[in-house]
Amino acid sequence: MQLSTKHLLGIRDLTRRDIEIILDTALQFKQVLQRPVKKVPSLRDVTIVNLFYENSTRTRISFELAEKRLSADTINFTAAGSSAAKGETLLDTVNNILSMKVDMVVMRHSASGAPHFLAKHIPAAIINAGDGINEHPTQGLLDAFSMREKTGRLEGLKVAIIGDIMHSRVAMSNIQLLKKVGAEVMVAGPPTLIPKYIQQAFDIRVEYNVRKALEWCDVANVLRIQLERQNQVLFSSLREYNLAYGISKRLLDSLSKEIVIMHPGPINRGVELDSDVADSKQSIILQQVENGVAVRMAVLYLLSGGRELN
Amino acid sequence: MNEQQLSITIKRLSHQVLENHINLENTVIIGIQPRGIFVSDQMVREISQLIAPAKVEYGKLDITFYRDDIRKELHVPNHTDIPFSIENKNVVLIDDVLYTGRTIRAALDALLAFGRPAKVELCILIDRRFSRQLPIQPDYVGKSIDSIISQKVKVFWKERDGKEEVVLM
Repeated sequence: MQLSTKHLLGIRDLTRRDIEIILDTALQFKQVLQRPVKKVPSLRDVTIVNLFYENSTRTRISFELAEKRLSADTINFTAAGSSAAKGETLLDTVNNILSMKVDMVVMRHSASGAPHFLAKHIPAAIINAGDGINEHPTQGLLDAFSMREKTGRLEGLKVAIIGDIMHSRVAMSNIQLLKKVGAEVMVAGPPTLIPKYIQQAFDIRVEYNVRKALEWCDVANVLRIQLERQNQVLFSSLREYNLAYGISKRLLDSLSKEIVIMHPGPINRGVELDSDVADSKQSIILQQVENGVAVRMAVLYLLSGGRELN
Repeated sequence: MNEQQLSITIKRLSHQVLENHINLENTVIIGIQPRGIFVSDQMVREISQLIAPAKVEYGKLDITFYRDDIRKELHVPNHTDIPFSIENKNVVLIDDVLYTGRTIRAALDALLAFGRPAKVELCILIDRRFSRQLPIQPDYVGKSIDSIISQKVKVFWKERDGKEEVVLM
């Protein structure tokens, strides 16, 4: 049993079978996390560096926890407070870290393609923990895992991805993954935040009316409005965005069926999701976070194998 | 070993376990995934006919994440299902073939993640003697065989392979 790829740079490189192997392995790791001893010795002799050039709460903690539950040795690197601030290049930084004998690199960077660049230059296995507006593959995988856990299937599942599609790496990973496993995908939000090419590029539905999108879907994956990546005015105000595209409890209750609400976090409460929706019974936002650890354990486990000691 | 011999051996093993653990008082049975389950399933069926089925506590243990050969080869993990506490219990571990002892080493490791058992015993259908790489010995043995490394021992099960027999290849 082996994945078809040596790195996890994006969902783009995975086959449907890879995705299934990862999700099934994650299921077993989720069980491990419910034992009295939540740790397995699988990666006892593996050293992993967490390279975070961009801010992160969930992903970093989740990766770190996953690594520790697998008994790997970990090093944490954050750009702030490192020599990156003195002008050291990415490749130099990584090569210096690798010369200390590191086996795997978990990396987040604000530039799209940064992990792909590294993969060409260094021998360690690289896991993309989010690169710019390109992909966030482990988020895509954990979203799929949570959808499958909650609804029991992925094939034929109707998923609406709502909000800031244009700046969202989570959307890119979600769309590609869901298409690969046979789910139906719709993106919804204001026209200024949905790229024009997206319908053709991925063969998905596009909807500009959030109520219609919610009526259609089984699962709504709501994305954060990424103000830090928007360098021009794409909608008039957050308040207006909330009125037109935000999801309120009243809107949710008025639907003809009960749908599942997801959000990759961090939530802008009162913008894309109202507080009472985020905390409602239909929301599985905290389960997503819980599943994140199991999914990341599966990815690390599957990418660590097959290397002989020399 | 043909189907009839296999079924007699499994009956005997079940009786031997009961002999040492009357009514399975404070004793649980755990089969090792994936192929030990075929032995343990049949033994549990046998034991359930001899004592009250409600007394039988039966779990399944997957050892994939505890293996010492992860660097050589990745294995597909199976389901672990131990719906009871093993703290201070006697545990009878069941597997089909005992060869190098590495699987059992991993199983002992995996078991400790669920608590501290009072005692662990090992029940094996086929014991390949003189091939151990670790100091591990079984407490209950179906059949001992002498084999060389190039040989393989294969146990076939009706549910999975259509026939029921043990073959030395």
